[in-house]
Amino acid sequence: MTVTEVGSARRRKEDARLITGRTTWTENVTLPGMLHLAILRSPMAHARISSIDVSPALATKGVVEAFSGRDVADVQGALPCAWPVTEDMVLPDRPPIAVDEVKFMGEAVAVVAARSRAAALDALAAIEVDYEPLPAVLDMEAALADGADLVHADKGTNRGYTWVFDSGEAGTGGDAAAALDDAEVVIRRRYVQQRLIPAFMEPRSVVVDPTGDVYSIWSATQIPHILRFLLAAVTGTPEHKVRVIAPDVGGGFGGKLQVTPEELIAFVAAKRLGRPVKYTESRSESLVSAHHGRDVIQDVELAARRDGTVTGLRVKLMANMGAYMGLVGPGVPILGAFMYNAIYKFPAYRFECSGVFTNTTITDAYRGAGRPEATYAIERLMDELATELGLDPMEVRRRNWIKADEFPFTTVCGLQYDSGDYDKATDKAMELFGYDELRKEQEARRAEGDTVHLGIGISTYTEMCGLAPSRVLGALRYGAGGWETASVRMLPTGKVEVVTGTSPHGQGHETAWSQIVADQLGVPFEDVEVLHGDTRTSYKGLDTYGSRSLAVGGIALYNACQKVLDKAKPIAAHMLECDPADLEFAEGRFRVRGNPDGGRTLADCALAVFAAHDLPDGIEPTLDADAVYDPVNFSFPHGTHLCATEVDTETGRVSIRKYVAVDDIGRVINPLIVEGQVHGGIAQGIAQALFEEAVYDEDGNLMTGTLVDYTLPTAADLPSFVTDRTESPAPDHPLGTKGVGEAGTIASTPAVVNAIVDALRPMGVNDIAMPCTPERVWRAVQGGAA
Amino acid sequence: MIPPTFDYAAPTTVDEAISALRDAGEDAKVIAGGQSLLPLLRMRFAAPSTLVDLGGVEELRHVREDGDTIVIGAMVTHARVLRDPLVNAHVPLLAQATSTVADRQIRHRGTFAGSLAHADPAGDLPAVALVLGASLEIAGPHGRRVVPASEFFVDYLESVVAPDEVLVAVRVPKQGSWVGRYEKFNRVAQGWALVGVAALVRRENGAIAEARVGLTNMGSTPLRARRAEAALAGADSPAAVGAAAARAADDTRPSDDLLAGADYRRHLAGVLTRRAVASLA
Repeated sequence: MTVTEVGSARRRKEDARLITGRTTWTENVTLPGMLHLAILRSPMAHARISSIDVSPALATKGVVEAFSGRDVADVQGALPCAWPVTEDMVLPDRPPIAVDEVKFMGEAVAVVAARSRAAALDALAAIEVDYEPLPAVLDMEAALADGADLVHADKGTNRGYTWVFDSGEAGTGGDAAAALDDAEVVIRRRYVQQRLIPAFMEPRSVVVDPTGDVYSIWSATQIPHILRFLLAAVTGTPEHKVRVIAPDVGGGFGGKLQVTPEELIAFVAAKRLGRPVKYTESRSESLVSAHHGRDVIQDVELAARRDGTVTGLRVKLMANMGAYMGLVGPGVPILGAFMYNAIYKFPAYRFECSGVFTNTTITDAYRGAGRPEATYAIERLMDELATELGLDPMEVRRRNWIKADEFPFTTVCGLQYDSGDYDKATDKAMELFGYDELRKEQEARRAEGDTVHLGIGISTYTEMCGLAPSRVLGALRYGAGGWETASVRMLPTGKVEVVTGTSPHGQGHETAWSQIVADQLGVPFEDVEVLHGDTRTSYKGLDTYGSRSLAVGGIALYNACQKVLDKAKPIAAHMLECDPADLEFAEGRFRVRGNPDGGRTLADCALAVFAAHDLPDGIEPTLDADAVYDPVNFSFPHGTHLCATEVDTETGRVSIRKYVAVDDIGRVINPLIVEGQVHGGIAQGIAQALFEEAVYDEDGNLMTGTLVDYTLPTAADLPSFVTDRTESPAPDHPLGTKGVGEAGTIASTPAVVNAIVDALRPMGVNDIAMPCTPERVWRAVQGGAA
Repeated sequence: MIPPTFDYAAPTTVDEAISALRDAGEDAKVIAGGQSLLPLLRMRFAAPSTLVDLGGVEELRHVREDGDTIVIGAMVTHARVLRDPLVNAHVPLLAQATSTVADRQIRHRGTFAGSLAHADPAGDLPAVALVLGASLEIAGPHGRRVVPASEFFVDYLESVVAPDEVLVAVRVPKQGSWVGRYEKFNRVAQGWALVGVAALVRRENGAIAEARVGLTNMGSTPLRARRAEAALAGADSPAAVGAAAARAADDTRPSDDLLAGADYRRHLAGVLTRRAVASLA
């Protein structure tokens, strides 16, 4: 086997069509007789719908149908939650369209179908709704207090679940309470992960065609396969009569890992009307109704000895679920539960999380999903510990982290970290950063009394990628497995079609998958076509999220390629009139071992199979192969990120002067794609640290309902990143890849906040709430509340 | 989203535009580049019966010199302002401030006059027009009138332009020996100013002889920081400039909202004034 493609920085083959938009987005799908939907949404956070009248909308020009939740209450189904994290989790029915009560601002209350989108939007104003306001539950602590107003009165509580992991009880470590009691130093902090909005580029869009025998659903989703399965389940439609197509999809960041009300609404409307319908949200609708992320309050206690050795950690979370349980929302904090110990060896750990209902948009997966929260807490704590002990923050980390010769390492959570070298990545990062020089500059400028303060922030991290071994998911009560599929089809001309069960929405799978196939089968990169996203072509798969596509789906593809070669070998041997055992395969050609000339290519075999005129006895005339791979373990990328900030104490403005990321993500298929993932991930992590926050007012109105108020940074707000890598291949599979989709987001947020706090420590500042806006930084400098 | 239905008039002269406004009645709205109006339409915050589009009015696309004044037509875009030789030679403050407006794409649509007519106190250019002593030429059914910038802005999103009138040009006096600087402070590069300060200074013998300070987003209209201006006159040291600049927010009542607290805005006004003036040494 020659290795030429894997490792090369191929330009992405899908980019020309994605960048120019000359492709199929769901919004471009136009079908004969198609109607356009518009959705009336609740302006209130919590209210009883005392009356609703859609008939005036029906009288509006161009309108074909209008209906409220009451009109479809019996047929609209309920939205699924696939992750009931505890046996007794409170799981309220979540109707796609509110029936009697609205429970968050932006919830659908009525739908109009019209001949044009404009006509549908015009008609919304004609719908008459009377709301009887109910108290809005917004604050998590208040929601959990006795006598609190309730989001779901019939459930009697706002506590959705309490999930506990205790290393003492699990037998994977010691008792955290004892560690805290015995500690020489205890650091106690409360950190708040503000609510974020995934803000994918392409708004959600769905088209449903009910004509013919099968319902065809186009959706801007990350999860066509899961959507098909669950839509069949919740609507009672036979699964084989449902086809889901995720055409090109413009980003997701977890925000499209959802079965949405809008998808079910479009399905119900199409079924009711017997005509194709399309719904595409506006940006404002997206911000208020697509699921949000994070929104977790973390109470953390770190136990340590005075020499810096960490001896235990106790974590207590309140996680804001919003008004309902999302598809995997309850499980997001649980994904973080196994990461609070991060790269460290401490022996005792307890984690307790309560999922809390509030009258807000649901929260669910957002890039990193649990792991950024965990990494933030532990990395902020390590800095606080270093300050407490008067040690360099990197030195404290170094004294606690797992050493390269200790892998595989079984953690206090019972996970087995596969491989890594934290010293190597850190040394490389420190050198690229110029850590010692910057520390010297910091001292000098402090001495001079510069009003702009230099801060240095560290974040070391690991994460669990490659979701996930199915039996682990089962043990965590997740509703599905973690395997992935790939099929390789050899066309008679020697070209190759690959079908993947992953569902790319910007990641570049077509390029990376082509590179893997090119190397394995010895065909040109250009000769590989990667098919995805249509449940008719890709009938089985578990889609794309959690940095799993390459780490799981890539291995399925590798295995399918080996099966193709296994099938081709006897055919090549037959043509060459030799024993298959005498053949070797290299550069796309089977040759008799020791004879570099002649031989037969895979294309020769494909054509021979196509003709099937002269095949060995008993050989099935096909080279096509399917593979399903269920990972044996998670993969554990890691890295060290360093950030230097300039903090203008007069205005509070934070500028990032230098950002260095050294990531170890195992073996790399395409360095250009990796670079893109790291850049985008860091940008989103910096955005949490400095820019983004979804804010509700005291009545439960989303104040950040446009991109004017929800301040997404752009390239102009970000520095140039210095990125590099070390490489510890994943030992569990032949590709050695680990996953990179979320690494940047996980690592960067604490690096930035640590840098800001480091800059301001001489002024007595030891924390600033995220996002660290200029105003908050300025107030912290003034000594006010941050 | 999609704007509500409206009628559309595409005049090719100012007279036609005024006729179109008269025909359309009170709910008509003039559109130039659409920098601010289009988002309002698309979010259905505005629902005019008719849009009178100045895009086809060729006579409004010119920048010309008229003695000591540069006259900028109502359809001159920010991008054109940025590269116009007359503007760069004679009112460089306007060019520098314009470079901070929105982003490149929007600067190719939005117009200088449009951003004054919109009268958003968070817009960058109203404060700049104030300190430059610009005057605004308004055409209506009864002829033309010229209003100084100091009398142009009435309230939040409200100017003296009547519903049947069109702002046709902005007359900006040449800066001459005055030097200027616009300091903008925002949350993200493309965001509106939390606070902006336009400073224009004339120096004599190393000291500041006269200063004008315009404030963005420190009230319901763009403002002059009169007390800071008075205190800056005669300032001859960084300390004196600092003390004068600290008065920039005197007599202002900035809003207290999601994007910034009023006290923070007042503080920023002082810092930005000092920095703007200090940069003009």
